Amino acid sequence: MATYQEFIQQNEDRDGIRCSWNLWPSSRLEATRLVVPVSCLYTPLKERPDLPPVQYEPVLCSRATCKAVLNPLWTDYGVLGPQSGFLINLFPPSYAGISEVNQPAELMPQFSSIEYIVQRGPPSPLIFLYVVDTCLEEEDLQALKESLQMSLSLLPPNALVGLITFGRMIQVHELNCEGIAKSYVFRGTKELAPKQVQEMLGLVKPATSGQQGKPMAPYDGTASCRFLQPVQAVDMNLTDLLGELQRDPWPVPQGKRPLRSTGIALSIAVGLLEGTFPNTGARVMLFTGGPPTQGPGMVVGDELKTPIRSWHDIQKDNARHLKKATKYYEALANRAAVNGHSVDIYACALDQTGLLEMKCLANLTGGHIVMGDSFNTSLFKQTFQRVFSKDYNGEFRMAFGASLEVKTSRELKVCGAIGPCVSLHSKGPCVSDNEMGVGGTCQWKICSLTPATTLALYFEVVNQHNAPIPQGGRGAIQFVTQYQHSNTQRRIRVTTIARNWADAQSQIQHIESSFDQEASAVLMARLGVFRAESEEGPDVLRWLDRQLIRLCQKFGQFNKDDPNSFRLSESLSLYPQFMFHLRRSPFLQVFNNSPDESSYYRHHFVRQDLTQSLIMVQPILYSYSFYGPPEPVLLDSSSILPDRILLMDTFFQLVIYHGETIAQWRKAGYQEMPEYENFKQLLQAPLDDAQEILQSRFPMPRYIDTEHGGSQARFLLSKVNPSQTHNNLYAWGQLGLGSSLHYIIRVPCQPSIKTEKKRRNLERQSSQMTLVCRFSWTISRNWLFPVQPKLLLLISEDCTT
Amino acid sequence: MTAVLTKPSRGVLKPSVSSPSVMPPPPLISSPYGSNLQQNGSHSNSFTPSVAPSIPPYGQPPPAAFHSMAQSPPPVQQLTNQMSAMDIAGYGQRPLQSPSNSAAPQFLNSPPPLMGHPGHQMPSPVSSPLMTSMGPIPGGPMAGSYGAQMAGPQTAGIPGSFSPSGSQMAGPAQKKLDPDSIPSTTQVIEDDQIKRGGQIYVTNVRGQVPPLVTTQFTVQDQGNASPRFMRCTTYSFPCTADLAKQCKVPLAAIIKPFATLPENETPLYVVNHGETGPIRCNRCKAYMCPYMQFMDGGRRFQCAFCSCVNDVTPEYFQHLDHMGRRVDLYERPELSLGSYEFVATLDYCKNNKPPNPPAYIFMIDVSYNNIKSGLVKLICEELKTLLERLPKEEGAESSLIKVGFVTYNKILHFYNVKSALAQPQMMLVSDTAEMFVPLLDGFLVNYHESNAVINNLLDQIPDMFADTNESETVFAPVIQAGVEALKAADCSGKLFIFHSSIPTAEAPGKLKNRDDRKLVGTEKEKTLFQPQRGVYEQLIKDCVSQGCSVDLFLFPSQYVDVATMGDVPSHTGGSVYKYNNFQVEVNGQQFLSDLRRDVEKFIGFDVVMRVRTGTGFRATDFFGAMFLKNTTDVEMAAVDCDKAVTVEFKHDDTLSEESGALMQCALLYTTIGGQRRLRVHNLSLNCSSQLSELYKSCETDALINFFAKTAYRAILNQPLKAVREILVNQTAHILACYRKNCASPSAASQLILPDAMKVFPVYMNSLLKTPVLVGSTDLSTDDRVFHRLLVNSMGVEETQVLLYPRLIPLHNMDVSSEEIPAPLRCSEERLSDSGVFLLENGLTMFLWLGHACPAELLQNLFNVSSLTHLSSEGLQTVKQKDRAELLFRQLLIEDKGLHGGASYMDFLCYVHREIRQLLS
Repeated sequence: MATYQEFIQQNEDRDGIRCSWNLWPSSRLEATRLVVPVSCLYTPLKERPDLPPVQYEPVLCSRATCKAVLNPLWTDYGVLGPQSGFLINLFPPSYAGISEVNQPAELMPQFSSIEYIVQRGPPSPLIFLYVVDTCLEEEDLQALKESLQMSLSLLPPNALVGLITFGRMIQVHELNCEGIAKSYVFRGTKELAPKQVQEMLGLVKPATSGQQGKPMAPYDGTASCRFLQPVQAVDMNLTDLLGELQRDPWPVPQGKRPLRSTGIALSIAVGLLEGTFPNTGARVMLFTGGPPTQGPGMVVGDELKTPIRSWHDIQKDNARHLKKATKYYEALANRAAVNGHSVDIYACALDQTGLLEMKCLANLTGGHIVMGDSFNTSLFKQTFQRVFSKDYNGEFRMAFGASLEVKTSRELKVCGAIGPCVSLHSKGPCVSDNEMGVGGTCQWKICSLTPATTLALYFEVVNQHNAPIPQGGRGAIQFVTQYQHSNTQRRIRVTTIARNWADAQSQIQHIESSFDQEASAVLMARLGVFRAESEEGPDVLRWLDRQLIRLCQKFGQFNKDDPNSFRLSESLSLYPQFMFHLRRSPFLQVFNNSPDESSYYRHHFVRQDLTQSLIMVQPILYSYSFYGPPEPVLLDSSSILPDRILLMDTFFQLVIYHGETIAQWRKAGYQEMPEYENFKQLLQAPLDDAQEILQSRFPMPRYIDTEHGGSQARFLLSKVNPSQTHNNLYAWGQLGLGSSLHYIIRVPCQPSIKTEKKRRNLERQSSQMTLVCRFSWTISRNWLFPVQPKLLLLISEDCTT
Repeated sequence: MTAVLTKPSRGVLKPSVSSPSVMPPPPLISSPYGSNLQQNGSHSNSFTPSVAPSIPPYGQPPPAAFHSMAQSPPPVQQLTNQMSAMDIAGYGQRPLQSPSNSAAPQFLNSPPPLMGHPGHQMPSPVSSPLMTSMGPIPGGPMAGSYGAQMAGPQTAGIPGSFSPSGSQMAGPAQKKLDPDSIPSTTQVIEDDQIKRGGQIYVTNVRGQVPPLVTTQFTVQDQGNASPRFMRCTTYSFPCTADLAKQCKVPLAAIIKPFATLPENETPLYVVNHGETGPIRCNRCKAYMCPYMQFMDGGRRFQCAFCSCVNDVTPEYFQHLDHMGRRVDLYERPELSLGSYEFVATLDYCKNNKPPNPPAYIFMIDVSYNNIKSGLVKLICEELKTLLERLPKEEGAESSLIKVGFVTYNKILHFYNVKSALAQPQMMLVSDTAEMFVPLLDGFLVNYHESNAVINNLLDQIPDMFADTNESETVFAPVIQAGVEALKAADCSGKLFIFHSSIPTAEAPGKLKNRDDRKLVGTEKEKTLFQPQRGVYEQLIKDCVSQGCSVDLFLFPSQYVDVATMGDVPSHTGGSVYKYNNFQVEVNGQQFLSDLRRDVEKFIGFDVVMRVRTGTGFRATDFFGAMFLKNTTDVEMAAVDCDKAVTVEFKHDDTLSEESGALMQCALLYTTIGGQRRLRVHNLSLNCSSQLSELYKSCETDALINFFAKTAYRAILNQPLKAVREILVNQTAHILACYRKNCASPSAASQLILPDAMKVFPVYMNSLLKTPVLVGSTDLSTDDRVFHRLLVNSMGVEETQVLLYPRLIPLHNMDVSSEEIPAPLRCSEERLSDSGVFLLENGLTMFLWLGHACPAELLQNLFNVSSLTHLSSEGLQTVKQKDRAELLFRQLLIEDKGLHGGASYMDFLCYVHREIRQLLS
């Protein structure tokens, strides 16, 4: 068998799966002792150009409690097979000719992931409901209008589109009218029950006494279609309508914020879709330029002298509207989620816009959050365009109304999931009582997802210590994702994985070497971030520290009283490094971040795939110089040199930093002189690389071009490990809390010389972007971990007591 | 005018002629009466004090006093009667009359006393006890004479609950008095027109009685407000409260602050005192007026109302002449005129900010009924041209009034008609529970700027709703929306609401049918007139505080609860119009002309009116389309040129004959151009300790206006019967007091009426027969309520013609002359089978065609050869013996009422009997 690295890579490519452990401890007790739970990152819709969907219904196990989908594992009677009864009887007639050499696709090992196209009712059109804030500066509004008009050309022609605008009041625009433009207007201060909204929009007959109002059937035309029309039919109309959109006309007195009724606007959007297209894929796209200032869901009052809540206020319990607003948006988010509608938030403003309160709308429904300074920035414009990007088949990279079901073999139970999902409260036999993330269910709803959407799933080994699994047995997990494809087909993606059981006592080395530290880091990080949403920051940090220390205790080797003797095997060597950066990351540290920013960062962290997540945890740094080709360097202050240009990618920011000398040269204009063509090229190189990243990432990162001494250099300085700048406030100021662990792990060793060689190898196989990421790991794999064991142990005692 | 009595020649009336013995059996009559009376007695105490206790004096305009003095007293005929048995204990509590007293009243009128007509004072025929033998007294000799007629004693004619006996009385066996013998309104009008018509009425004399409202005259303001602005019930107030109480003549003024002036009269001067604002008395805040007395060489002035001595500011200082008058007297309107305006300073504005020009919002019910009837289309078409003629400030190039449009059924549709738009935008608000205005910019626009968009909208509205099948409507939210819109635009304004049906849709102010005719005639009848409270009460407050007047055009096909729906208009200076079963072909023209007039008429907004009086009396009660926030300030969202406020005065001290009774009505308002102004009307009356002076100076038209308004308000709180009784009793009391104190002794059987109040009974009788007071289940509740609301804001001119319609014979009109033929008395007897008559009361107009009217005439008028070929479609054309004639007959107010109510003659008899009881 190939190395674990290759195995992991292969599995990820095929199934979109990364497991924390690739050998599973065979008993509950042992599993607990491993610290990092049996868990995996799963990317349900991972792009598989090589996997054509099959056009028939999946075959299910006939046992009511199982209903597993036919899969390669069934042939070897390993895991799902035995519980699934008599397989042969199950096969429908079309499977009659089955034999060792003539197998249906789903029985072949390379189809451990398979996609079915199934017929379920009439195809439902995609629905896009724009909810547009009109309390914007003229320039912003203009830019937004243009973006929206442009987006019409990106939508599938048969998609339904709707428009709600809001400011002090909310307008729901009718799109099918000739002549006079009609809109229904609602006041922004009054909470309306879903039913009232539907009545007021004329979607249902009001319930008159004694006679129940009966909702219009979905698709039944006239009523619902007034507001949601096929793009191709109302293209012109809507373009004009958007063109005529005016800023909210109500005067805003001096010293006041505009009255912005975001809360009601969203409740109407949700109510409208709920009443017309329940259980159909739909996106509510909120474009807002400021915080909700009135009505339910208000985040801040309209008095400018009262600033919007900060972390400080929240910690001091001084945020008046926080709880109420959060509760309000959560209720909305749940309503949307129940109906399979997702909510995107595009918030562009210099100040906060209330993402903290509204984040659940996107988090629970799989919507996007995009945060920018203005709608008139390429950050917003391009990110928004990218929502409608298409894949290799020319189809939108978005799917709707998905549900993910997890089935496990009986030794395992599922504890929960962390990702853009909500529980479907489906209690199966494989549901654990021990909840991690969103638990207590084996099915989750993911209202909207992209090929990159990745969930973390946590499991529990339930096998008792005294009933070991026979050697060579395998545990299996099946993921069944039903979703509405962007081409309106219903599809089912089934991924089945299996891992060998291992006895933790006799095979601890094997288990150790099966450790996927990258996946584990991300899985633990998600747990940490999930906790951080509900717990105090220091508690989460302490918990993370404790986990790290326990892991080091379990797998580290050292001689007592000899710090220098501490060693971790290669499969764990990077893990502490990741934890170090995670502790400093904005996902867990709120210092210097607004509540909105924290929410924004966390939002993306819990849904990106492994590669992106790692970039977020530990930004990558590239160095450009005359001394050779660009190279990845340590995220350390020692990497900042006068004659280098640095490119740092933190996922959210892309920083190009010109060293002191370079900056002087550039200022002197050498790049303009023909004889310094090479300097010009040197300047250009990081720009080109940055451009590549900018082109492909969603959301588009903030692009920062700075130099030694520039004010924006802080973005770089705050990220690097301050090994050489002892007084650097950016780095240390935010680390005031927590244990002293960071003192221990803060000094990375020098990079190995092998780096360059590896880089070249990788270059051949990956696109540049992934390459950039890979580098980071490759380099860091070779770092050592010079911890002082004595101190470490001391702390571990601290932490455990 | 004491003359009336002292000189029998005037006041004496022909005796009436019925002999008791011949009278129909009393029980028939008296039983209805008896019960009435009893009711009266027991209820009169509960009547609102404003109405009941005021017993007014009597008077006749002074000019009228001069004729007829020298007349020889006409013989007074006296009929036997048994009245003596009556025992009258007093106004308030009259003991029951014994039914056995047959009513055989005698009437005494002032005999026709004009010098010019001595002949008329012919002794009235001695009526023999046998009425039958008399027959109608020949009208001939009486014609043209005024006063003296003899009333035929009618056994029957009693106001009030009439029916059975009434009809019986009308039987042929009845002896009849000559109808010409009783005082004739048309005659009185004609005489006044002859005497004072075409003259210039100079208002320089205190307490002078103006010509009748029906008379054409020109006013020259020389220190007292024109009678067009203010008209009083009497121009000589009694000096003491006791006197006032004794005579029960109400003291009131009917103020129509924006009355339209004829072209030959000067419009009001506008005085600008600059930043200091109008000069006022420091204590009572009365405005500078001709009655202020300058003293101390012009350095100080004494307030004529409160006697406070004020310093004259240096800017305003002026020397006095040898008469003690300021030398600039004639340069300053406020020193020499009865009516003028001040420019108000910021202190007089809301929030100390100059007001914005008002806005007109057109709110059209587009539910099924209105679409189907074609009304919506009609309105939209009309508005296109009508909006060109919005009223504008004098001299202004175009109107500054902004316009806005709303349509609604059970939800509201607002329209953005901003000039920049290519197409209007429609904004629907279905949240009627808490109404709001969905847009700011573009809702209220200048018509000229947004002309194209508005016309586009008006073109589209009928089509947009052409297929509607929505029949439910809301109402209160519509008004709310209008108020909110004005609030948002920070201006005052007017809502024109075109509404079809009772608002039953689920929303605030939802109404249900509560038209229970079974209540008519019961204690609970008043509930039919009472508006539903709650939402509408709050709306009124909102409207008034925002200066939002509401005009309601109703197009009902059934009951719509006018009482409630009209509540807001009738408290905000608005009007209610009602077109039953509206059809474009039938009522279209009428509606359009109403609408045009309503839109174009002169109006002031956001009005506060204050009536200040000299010491000794004060304004105590107000009647009109207004809102009373406290006891003195009358607030009106708007007042237009047709709206009048009736103000009642009471003594709180003794008045002196020397200083008279002064009143000043100050009206703060916003013009249609958005200027804040103060309009001031001053009027000075005489005071007298002689009741005869009072009776002499009475103004019947004003009196009846006052009585109509008080009675119409009283029915909200009292049973109809009680109100009617009070009216009759007060009538009797006023006349009895005159008889007792001012007339020379004469036989009790004589009915003696003060000259100035000669026709008072006919008006009073007519008032009692109005739909509101007649209490018949045949009349629609909505119509009665509607009538009530109408009268509430009427001026004297309107109530006069309403209560005594004009019946004009057209058949022998001189086509070549511009003269309109003299109106006839409103009685069926005046109609002739071969005639064509026009009858109008200011609200409705009928063309009556006798069945024998000449074919030639028909041919010329209608291009048909005979009456049978004429279809009645043409509305308001009534053929004799047609069913429609009933409506027509309702207006013949001298006859017995269709739904009950006495004939003029009967009523006179009844009143006479009452008087005799009072006197005995």
